[in-house]
Amino acid sequence: MSAPALEARGLKRNFGALIATDDVSFAVQPGARQALIGPNGAGKTTLINLLTGVIRPTAGQVLLRGRDVTGLPSSARVRMGLTRTFQINQLFPDLTPAESLGLAISERNGFGADFWRVAGNQPAIVAEIEDLLTRFGLEAELDQPTRKLAYGKQRLLEIALALAARPRVLLLDEPAAGVPEEERQDILAALAALPADVAILLIEHDMDLVFSFASRISVLVAGRLLTEGAPEEIAADERVRAVYLGEDAHG
Amino acid sequence: MSAANPSATRRRLAAHLNRRARWRWPEILFWLAILAVIFAAPSRAAIINEVLIAGLFALSLDLILGLAGIVSLGHAAFFGLGAYAAAILASKGFADPTLGLVLGAAVAAVAGLATAPLLLRGADLTRLMVTLGVSLMLGELANRNGWLTGGADGLNFSIAPVLGLFPIGFTGQRNAALYSFAVLFILFTIARRLAQSPFGLALAAIRENRLRAGALGIDTSRRIIAIYTLAAAYAGAAGALLAQTTQIVSLDLFDFHRSADVMLMLIIGGAGYLYGGLIGAAAFIVLRDVISAATPEYWEFWIGLALVILVLAGRERIGEAPRRLIALFSPRAARRGVA
Repeated sequence: MSAPALEARGLKRNFGALIATDDVSFAVQPGARQALIGPNGAGKTTLINLLTGVIRPTAGQVLLRGRDVTGLPSSARVRMGLTRTFQINQLFPDLTPAESLGLAISERNGFGADFWRVAGNQPAIVAEIEDLLTRFGLEAELDQPTRKLAYGKQRLLEIALALAARPRVLLLDEPAAGVPEEERQDILAALAALPADVAILLIEHDMDLVFSFASRISVLVAGRLLTEGAPEEIAADERVRAVYLGEDAHG
Repeated sequence: MSAANPSATRRRLAAHLNRRARWRWPEILFWLAILAVIFAAPSRAAIINEVLIAGLFALSLDLILGLAGIVSLGHAAFFGLGAYAAAILASKGFADPTLGLVLGAAVAAVAGLATAPLLLRGADLTRLMVTLGVSLMLGELANRNGWLTGGADGLNFSIAPVLGLFPIGFTGQRNAALYSFAVLFILFTIARRLAQSPFGLALAAIRENRLRAGALGIDTSRRIIAIYTLAAAYAGAAGALLAQTTQIVSLDLFDFHRSADVMLMLIIGGAGYLYGGLIGAAAFIVLRDVISAATPEYWEFWIGLALVILVLAGRERIGEAPRRLIALFSPRAARRGVA
């Protein structure tokens, strides 16, 4: 079998005396639809930051398609196919969706340092921007400053931007967080339409979303991996119910 | 909508991305107007030249502050370095202005490249202090190395005609202004192009959200170092122009007030759209000239008051005004207004 798209081996991270991540090992296979769940304070955000290279682990390794990337900065990991979205929108408020996407695509193509060509004069880039805009239903807003977009549209742009980097592995950090009910369907549809060959790790609080999306679920509790398995197994697991799901969820 | 007519979106997209690429006629008029002023007011050539050079200096600050969001209170370091490099070269007998201009820009660029890594960490306040410190150090080095710089006496030198044809200096002040104009225009054109390139977009991304820029694979540190180096080269070119057209350099080129003035000029004109530095430089210098002619003793009081009012009255609005004016004349904006 080929190497996992993304693998953590014995990841550990201390903040002073606090152990935020404690010996976490898990793998995301190519094309997987995996979810990472856990109660507040379980260390999900720390784990994402460790995987993407925002912070360095105290011990352990991160591997991308079998290559050790533990020492690489996050921008290098992005170029190797690992991108993420953010729980709180991290967009470019004064750039338009078209510019933001064009920027991400140019960067991926290695034109990022090009200081002479105008982005809009490159047909391949324009075509790809159009494709992403259409896929995420952002054509109408393509020339609006991002700060003027509706919140749900901004969430969609958040995902489109990550996808513009053509990742092999995409970490989605609570993609539906704060999205009003009437715009939720757009997010769910966008998630369902993500390319099948991209491995996806979904970090989410919303159990309906997790159980409808993921074929494999990892449960993080107090910095440790409690269990992993298919959605049915997780739903039936008494320990998971006890620490996380509560009495009435999915009963 | 787009499924029925995909080319409509494509066309709108390309037009949007290229919207700033073409020169619009208000811009062309702007540059023609400067040329016209140079020819119409030969007696004012010296102050016009000063405005053009200050405009180039402010443009160089706009490259880092306006495009990439990097603040600096020590930009005079590069201005002074460029001026001294050109002056020393000329005083050693290499009087060709083009050579001095290139050397001034190159020396400043090297200094920019060397000090840019200091700006990668910390917030705005750190950057203000670091850039200020670097300029103070360079000023003191120029002061202490009198064998090379002339120390407190400065340097006097003579300069050859531009391209061997056009004498600049006291007998050729209009030529000096035209020389500064040509250099400013060429460097502005490059900056304008750069601002719309993928590199320029990446700088905008770094300014708007450095975290996300990194998460898109942009090597933010390298981009910041690159633009800081380029901005330093521009500032060095401005310094070289001042040295060559006045044929004197002195230690005040490194002074803190130069760094502060250029920041004020850019803020008055509005950062981020490249014309702001030029407009701000003209406003600042003309204001200073008018006020100091009217009240020679208290001019700093009045210019200070004017600045406070300008900034409180909304520097956004001041910066926006010319932008809106340009938008008014652009056919695209007109169409959007109708829609």
